[in-house]
Amino acid sequence: MSNPTTEQARRLYWKANLKWLAILLSIWAFVSLGCGILFVDFLDKFKLPGSDLNLGFWFAQQGSIYCFILLIVAYARVMNRLDRELLAGTGAEEGS
Amino acid sequence: MDATTWTYVFVGLSFALYIGIAIWTRAGNTGDFYVAGGGVPKIANGMATAADWMSAASFLSMAGLISVMGRDGAVYLMGWTGGYVLLALLLAPYLRRFGKFTVPDFIGDRYDSSTARVVAVFCAIFVSFTYVAGQMRGTGVVFSRFLEVDVNTGVIIGMVIVLFYAVLGGMKGITYTQVAQYCVLIFAYLVPAIFISIMLTGNPIPQLGLASDAAGESVGLVQKLDGLSKELGFDEYSSGHKPLIDVFAITLALMVGTAGLPHVIVRFYTVKKVSDARKSAFWALLFIGILYTTAPAIAVFARTNLLSTVSEATYTELPSWFKKWENSGLIAWIDKNADGKITYNGSGEAFKIHPTKTKVEPVFVEKGSVNEKGFSNERVLYNEPTDNTNELYVDPDIIVLANPEIAQLPGWVVGLVAAGGLAAALSTAAGLLLVISTSIAHDLVKRTLNPSISDKAELLLARCAAGVAVIVAGYFGINPPGFVAQVVAFAFGLAASSFFPAIVLGIFTKRVNRFGAVSGMIAGIVFTGAYIWYFTLADVAYRGTPDQFFFGISPQGIGSIGMLINFAVSITVSLLTPRPPKHIEDLVDSIRMPRAAFGKADAGPSHH
Repeated sequence: MSNPTTEQARRLYWKANLKWLAILLSIWAFVSLGCGILFVDFLDKFKLPGSDLNLGFWFAQQGSIYCFILLIVAYARVMNRLDRELLAGTGAEEGS
Repeated sequence: MDATTWTYVFVGLSFALYIGIAIWTRAGNTGDFYVAGGGVPKIANGMATAADWMSAASFLSMAGLISVMGRDGAVYLMGWTGGYVLLALLLAPYLRRFGKFTVPDFIGDRYDSSTARVVAVFCAIFVSFTYVAGQMRGTGVVFSRFLEVDVNTGVIIGMVIVLFYAVLGGMKGITYTQVAQYCVLIFAYLVPAIFISIMLTGNPIPQLGLASDAAGESVGLVQKLDGLSKELGFDEYSSGHKPLIDVFAITLALMVGTAGLPHVIVRFYTVKKVSDARKSAFWALLFIGILYTTAPAIAVFARTNLLSTVSEATYTELPSWFKKWENSGLIAWIDKNADGKITYNGSGEAFKIHPTKTKVEPVFVEKGSVNEKGFSNERVLYNEPTDNTNELYVDPDIIVLANPEIAQLPGWVVGLVAAGGLAAALSTAAGLLLVISTSIAHDLVKRTLNPSISDKAELLLARCAAGVAVIVAGYFGINPPGFVAQVVAFAFGLAASSFFPAIVLGIFTKRVNRFGAVSGMIAGIVFTGAYIWYFTLADVAYRGTPDQFFFGISPQGIGSIGMLINFAVSITVSLLTPRPPKHIEDLVDSIRMPRAAFGKADAGPSHH
């Protein structure tokens, strides 16, 4: 149906995928388990900018959730770009 | 119209809507029944996933738990949302690319093993049943609290509704009903939150209200609550109390468990294409996040209102919501110093555990069907008072249920909250029942026992299985094993220690083989199950005590360790046994990248 990609292109794609996973999952762990749990008492010494609320408390109860959403957005964008680059020149539809 | 009439109106209207959708989305084949034909638009799918995920626990109990736990409530807030990142990054797109119908499908095919498939089936059924018993119970509780209908009648009404749209429409019916249920539940959750946010902070957006200053003052609302709490002898609201390692373990177990729950994973099989699976995860978390970022605000508002309204108030002058919820057994008062005023402080529980119960709960004195009344006309308790000065018992569930009344909001808001609670419970129950039905009809019968069964016969079997599952779930709703909460914790621990590692290793390694996967799953399940059993379900005479916890980790968090054990065992056993065959390695390659990369077209859900 369309020209398949090369073995090398596929390998590079997978390596890029793994790299991005490592980056995004590190941020995920840092924000939730880190800021929300391990460093929360330290962060509580600061306030959320513009308010009277302890920063650690905010991360634990709300901020981490906002970060999760942003992480998924970043991931979807990156992967769609990687998919497009992999399939460029094969004449195939992206996102399959 | 009063609150009860409004409740009938909203609940009735919402039920009529769900039934209408069920009729419109009748399933015609197994593809429709199991994965909605793979054609659900991603935003709708995200909404449905959000409703499926947010159960009666999220809607009714969570804000109450947070209001009692303070900062530690984050275990639920992060635990029940963080898993979606794991789903989106590690599971959803690959499973959608795999294109079959269920989690046992993937495990059975990737590990080339009927044993693995059957182990997965039983895990899926167990996890889903434990969860669904809680949902049916939750449905009954909402009915009894709002419509003054007996709990068991409420469970039966819920069963009939779910039966109708699950059996008729399968995944398609459930998905579109869940879209409607999401709209109902989010509206019902936000309306009181917005009103109360304006009242307490002047800010109409509850999420911002959490960080705002108290209305008309220059001190933050949470700081004010901290002060109020300390004055009354409670711990400061915004500081934590649980040991660090336990908070860590519980949060991790919940996050990983979320990503391993079959009824959540299966939602990513229903979208049109792989890129939609990633976007659908985004939409799901966004819709879930709207409720979850509001919950901490509601917890703070409600706790502030409660402390300000109730402390040192004269019983006879309290607003009517207090009496109403006292009649429902969610509040109880012992006037220890006989002054007619409610002393509510942090000196400890107001009364002791009654011999017939396992935790601190009020047992009211009733002569026939009449409550015995005390000096101020309060309900009298059998429970013995404790030595401290605290006189009040408050069930955390009251926070969401009574919030509109404590804030003196109009009756229609109360009706809306009732409809929202039911929407949350029914949507989750339906998703779980479908997993059970699919596990039996598809994984057990079609793929293991009788592969030559026709599509029509399989569809009929799936429908019957759904019907039977509803009835069994209803039975457990009416006769809950007393330990529903611990069993749900087990469901998360089980998912974290069995499915999550098996699927992740299946996608990201080619070396892990069937021996590794099966031994890993069994090791994870047995360890986690035994630990939870020993500390929560075993006979009280043999039960373990908190000082025996492994590194201080409670049963709720032990799934984290179970997961690590599964990973370790799977990898070790795989390295000691032969590699998987070439066709399995090719399978793994094919799900790691777009099919077009191999010159093939996208796989829709396969029709067997």
